[in-house]
Amino acid sequence: MSEDIKKFMYLNRRAPYGTIYAWESLEVVLIGAAFDQDVSLAFLDDGVYQLVKGQDTAGVDMKNFSPTYQALGDYDVTKLYVEKESLEERGLTLADLMPLTYEDEDDDWAEKDSIRVVSRAEMADIMEEQDVMFSF
Amino acid sequence: MSTLHTVNKSPFEKSSMDSCLAYAKAGSSVLMYEDGIYGAIKGTGCTQKIAAKDGVNFYVLGPDLKARGVSEDKVADGIEIVDYAKFVSLAAENDKVQAWV
Repeated sequence: MSEDIKKFMYLNRRAPYGTIYAWESLEVVLIGAAFDQDVSLAFLDDGVYQLVKGQDTAGVDMKNFSPTYQALGDYDVTKLYVEKESLEERGLTLADLMPLTYEDEDDDWAEKDSIRVVSRAEMADIMEEQDVMFSF
Repeated sequence: MSTLHTVNKSPFEKSSMDSCLAYAKAGSSVLMYEDGIYGAIKGTGCTQKIAAKDGVNFYVLGPDLKARGVSEDKVADGIEIVDYAKFVSLAAENDKVQAWV
């Protein structure tokens, strides 16, 4: 295993269900979690819809993959950056999103929020710090 | 000639809804489904445009709202929530269907 850890960011800009992008991204994140990198997820534009709580696909005959986001914390994927402007443009707030948490091993396993709402300017800075971007 | 316009793309990603609104005439109907349902959430630029459109009936498909976690109280006033049966009725009642894909 290589010692140099890279910063990987998965960029999510699509709504769930209408296209396969959101689900594919989630699958790649879970596969990539095995590689011991510094992973973060960005949700902007229509990507913020992926995290909306209360998804129920029974009436449209599709798989509801939203519960899988709850598992990310167990794979050490604990940084989910959600862009504030994208939420606001769509009439959404943090309260409309699923509560996602992880247990911080460096802080006596305290339960902490994985979702971090950031401004567009902050998101640009976070992107700038990354070594690799995966776009969905 | 009455027309049922259908929109299945997010108004925040594609221009389908804007084009539909520009062409839909009084007496016609607009049904939002699949990712088009995001156009029905109150308090956005899209619902402002919908509110400004006189004489057009607006509908949104309930099962697609539920799939995406959008509760009915989030839907803007003046937009009727319909089921698949009503979708079929609208298609049958109008002279033609124009899909803005």
